[in-house]
Amino acid sequence: MLELKNICFTRDNKKILDNINLKIDEDKLIAITGPNGSGKSTICKIIMGIERPDSGQVILNGEDITNLSIDERARKQISFAFQQPVKFKGITVYDLIKLSAGKDINKKEACDILSNVGLCAKEYIDREVNGSLSGGELKRIEIATIAVRESKLTIFDEPEAGIDLWSFNNLIQVFENLQESKKSSIIIVSHQERILNIADNVILMKDGKIEKIAQKEEILESIEKPCCRIKRGENNG
Amino acid sequence: MDKVDIDLLKEVADIENGELKGAYNIRKNGKGIERNVTENVNIVTKKDVSGIDIIVKENTKFEIIHIPVIITESGLKDVVYNDFYIGKNANVIIVAGCGIHNDHHQDSQHDGIHRFYLEEGARVRYIEKHYGEGNGDGKRILNPITEVDLKQGSSMEMESTQIKGVDSTIRETKGVLEADTNFVVTEKIMTHGEQLAKTIFDVQLNGENSRTHVTSRSVATGNSKQYFISKIYGNAKSFSHSECDAIIKDNAKVIATPEVTANHVDANLIHEAAIGKIAGEQLIKLMTLGLTEEQAEQEIIKGFLK
Repeated sequence: MLELKNICFTRDNKKILDNINLKIDEDKLIAITGPNGSGKSTICKIIMGIERPDSGQVILNGEDITNLSIDERARKQISFAFQQPVKFKGITVYDLIKLSAGKDINKKEACDILSNVGLCAKEYIDREVNGSLSGGELKRIEIATIAVRESKLTIFDEPEAGIDLWSFNNLIQVFENLQESKKSSIIIVSHQERILNIADNVILMKDGKIEKIAQKEEILESIEKPCCRIKRGENNG
Repeated sequence: MDKVDIDLLKEVADIENGELKGAYNIRKNGKGIERNVTENVNIVTKKDVSGIDIIVKENTKFEIIHIPVIITESGLKDVVYNDFYIGKNANVIIVAGCGIHNDHHQDSQHDGIHRFYLEEGARVRYIEKHYGEGNGDGKRILNPITEVDLKQGSSMEMESTQIKGVDSTIRETKGVLEADTNFVVTEKIMTHGEQLAKTIFDVQLNGENSRTHVTSRSVATGNSKQYFISKIYGNAKSFSHSECDAIIKDNAKVIATPEVTANHVDANLIHEAAIGKIAGEQLIKLMTLGLTEEQAEQEIIKGFLK
């Protein structure tokens, strides 16, 4: 359903993505993993249109969408959950869920969506999506905005970032529910073994290239060693 | 009342079909045209200057008083003095506001001087909306002055909104607060084209445990200019929080000048100001939900000024 062809992306003389070729089939849950700076998030942003590649093509169901804007891609049912959920002033949780649904949904429907991502709906529905909410609360609201949309392809950029363990446990359940309830593909950028565990395929990235596309068991074994070494090296530097 | 009048009343005071209940006074083109008083709320025409006295009896609970002003005559300069006397422990809502319809080339102007005298324990919620419309090149000018005198234990919440169509406004709000009082002001302003908006707050925290919270949220677009000047004086053990939060677009200018003066060791005075364009990430988030950039911007502004 989605194909990336020869995608290259360079910023500040650094090759962030170096000739990426990738096919994602329908109804698959794909995890992208790899060290920091390996280009995982950039791939996701290029699929959503938030970043434009220097060269290469993004093909969705046979259509070249490389030059389409973010909103045009959204209307082609691509969804994107931000690593750092965006905060607003004055826009409430209910407002944001209505905007996400793209139609006027009532409060009960919106509350059901919030309950599905583990939020006590009554307490949150009229709150502003601002800094008064914790990282975990914002993340769940972000996921609620995705769950309410009709999506063929949903991208989650490091959903585990900034949330506590309790929220994380619920998150896994949310992904499983999302995949069960909808006929759609899901891409999750993650470092978390538990997320890699629920994926059909795991893509390992390194230095802007796809190093390996494999079954999760295979990647989990190899990730233990090289990635840890890379991370330690970065920290020491 | 004709359709223009009815539409203006709907815009500034949320009055449906020009029909009102309770105590009210409607002023059109410099003259009172309709009035109603109740057992607890009396409205009396002033003898020395143009305007009215609104007298609310002690212990009056939950009455709504409407005092809208509409101007449809081009070239009119209307000055009005409205004094509100709120009795002890009364609790009322006052809906004011001014709408100008100017289809011609002469300027129309309304300067409303509203003075509030709240007795001990009184509570007032004051809602004021300013609006302009019409196709003429004559300017629509509104210069409101609000003076608030809070006796011990009283509180006032003021919401003022100017979203559309006012070419020039200078709005001054002054407060003098005795002990155990609270004065909350929320202002929302949107300017476009060549408009000018200047707001000046001057609050004297004279009594022990007096508090004020002044919030200004504004959007400046086109070549418009906004000035936000806030002067707060902590003259006793008191607390104040003033915020100016502005979104800026195009060639607009926003100038925020906070001034906090602590004249007492236990005065706790805070000021925050944030001026900037719409955050790119907010636009991107809404675009990922399928909104165009324009729609996303409108939603962000709508939420911001809500």
